[in-house]
Amino acid sequence: MSELSKNQLLDAYRMMRTIRDFEVRVHDEFAKGGIPGFVHLYAGEEASATGICMHLNDEDRIASTHRGHGHCIAKGVDVMGMMAEIYGKETGTCKGKGGSMHIADLDRGMLGANGIVGGGPPLICGVGLAHKMRGTDGVGIAFFGDGASNQGTTLEAMNLATVWNLPCIFVVENNGYAETTSSEWSVSCDSYADRAAGFGMPGTTCDGHDFFAVHETAGEAIKRARSGGGPSFIEVKLNRYYGHFEGDSQTYRGDNEVEKIKAEKDCLMLFRKRVTEANLLDASEMDAIDKEVAELIDESVKKAEAAAEPSVDTLLTDVYVSY
Amino acid sequence: MARKITYQQAVNEALDQEMARDPSVIVMGEDVVGGQGSPGEMDAWGGVLGVTKGLYAKHGDRIMDTPITESGYIGAAVGAATCGMRPVAELMFIDFMGVCLDQIFNQAGKFKYMFGGKAETPVVIRAMYGAGFRAAAQHSQCLYSVFTHFPGIKVVLPSTPYDVKGLLIQSIRDNDPVMFLEHKMLYTLEGEVPEEPYTIPFGEANLVREGGDVTIVGFGRMVHLAAEVADKLAKEGISCDVIDPRTTSPLDEETILESIENTGRLVVVDESNPRCSMASDIAELAATKAFSSLKAAIQTVTAPHVPTPFAASLEDAYIPSVDHIEAAVRKALK
Repeated sequence: MSELSKNQLLDAYRMMRTIRDFEVRVHDEFAKGGIPGFVHLYAGEEASATGICMHLNDEDRIASTHRGHGHCIAKGVDVMGMMAEIYGKETGTCKGKGGSMHIADLDRGMLGANGIVGGGPPLICGVGLAHKMRGTDGVGIAFFGDGASNQGTTLEAMNLATVWNLPCIFVVENNGYAETTSSEWSVSCDSYADRAAGFGMPGTTCDGHDFFAVHETAGEAIKRARSGGGPSFIEVKLNRYYGHFEGDSQTYRGDNEVEKIKAEKDCLMLFRKRVTEANLLDASEMDAIDKEVAELIDESVKKAEAAAEPSVDTLLTDVYVSY
Repeated sequence: MARKITYQQAVNEALDQEMARDPSVIVMGEDVVGGQGSPGEMDAWGGVLGVTKGLYAKHGDRIMDTPITESGYIGAAVGAATCGMRPVAELMFIDFMGVCLDQIFNQAGKFKYMFGGKAETPVVIRAMYGAGFRAAAQHSQCLYSVFTHFPGIKVVLPSTPYDVKGLLIQSIRDNDPVMFLEHKMLYTLEGEVPEEPYTIPFGEANLVREGGDVTIVGFGRMVHLAAEVADKLAKEGISCDVIDPRTTSPLDEETILESIENTGRLVVVDESNPRCSMASDIAELAATKAFSSLKAAIQTVTAPHVPTPFAASLEDAYIPSVDHIEAAVRKALK
């Protein structure tokens, strides 16, 4: 904890707060009927994206999942563009053509949220391969869930990254549920780190409610990858607050399960507690950030609502570079 | 007169020349070197039919054997392409598309559109296709119509050594995902191929024979059978346009339609199974855009709706033959 500067701590808090407020607002607007299609919200999991992506620059690339807003924001994708994209407007990051499940910004090293479970890991092997062949020290990080951890593509990618010694990090964000099915039911191992060992890959587990634990664990893995030490696997144990998708009433979860988690383990609450008790940040500094973020999210919604949908002229464009 | 090399050698030469020219071109696939990690000979195979032999000696680590994990390494090729590499990944047999299709059609093919134009995915996926080897049901399919269906993917199927070299170089230099399909029965076909690198544009058909009585559109190896039929019928005074589209996506509609407007009679020869094939695609094109020119029903010559059989007698009955094609042309002329 002490190795992070004050500015870094403020950035971490701002990042998590931005993701949280973004997701809560999308939840509210979706419930009002203002957002088309499907959204899958990251609220509750902020420490994972933040703790990991804080180590990265634009040359590092990440691949995400259908639950991709948090990874996008943590990787530096513009919040205004993201909200507009979710609303399906022409000012969106993907010009309204991708939507929530396909938000990407290659300039920021964000290879996209992905509508295919397990779609990301092989792509990240490609990122690692490109860095390795060019002799650059960038890394690729594949975020995926407990559901995707069993997908053939994920397992193939883990093997490939190991045999080719690629600078890739495989991060399973284990929130305990693949849609409605618990990870206990579907995942054959108790510890994902053990599964990584089966591939000859170092694996660690960390508490995804604890920003500092995630940050430290990720730092080691990223350092290993950058220095040519090959791939790593990180299990981040965390919880999602909302359903698999918005509209999911979550009847498969235990009584008051989410309320309990919020009361005891909320990552923003735990962060605030730790930094104030250690006199690293003042509550007032974080309150100021809360206010700024609230304004930012508010503005993003106003702008998104006001923007136009893409013109039908753009229906047929951007399929190929040339045809 | 240009020297003659085989179709297979032309593929090798295209890869070699492009790898020499551009350090971002990398090649990967199962056994494309052959022997990596093994105690014996390196470059033991150079590909299961020797197509990539010799590239390891010249280009070293830029050609790599992969584990048998198509989703993993085809996906890696796609991911590397989004980072500006130009990977040429080999899917050994097109029949294996089932184990990696998502990375091709849902990822590579859709990035540019889904991401609002920002992505470029210059990946080439080479694959062998076609029957005639007695390789049976899971190693003999065509399947190019399936890839043609997907927006965002380009599909190339050259029929001659000259075309295969020019189109492969074009494919590697192209900035979109390309499925580059090589008929395994054409590997030993010899033809004149210039020594220097050259490209052939996509979406430009080759007119293999010229004539005013019937339009025959053929794909891949079927182009040669169609030409054989055209030559035979020429002796009877029947002349045919034989068109090799060379790429099914993009497709040279103009050449095909112009020919039909001239002849009024169309025969499509496609080695694929018939449903949702290039045969049905070209028939649809003619029926919708050249209907008033048609003087006879469109004829299609395809394999039957069965998996490719093993026994020689059955496989020979399965693959469209010159007799089938000739019968179809005569039917179109009635």
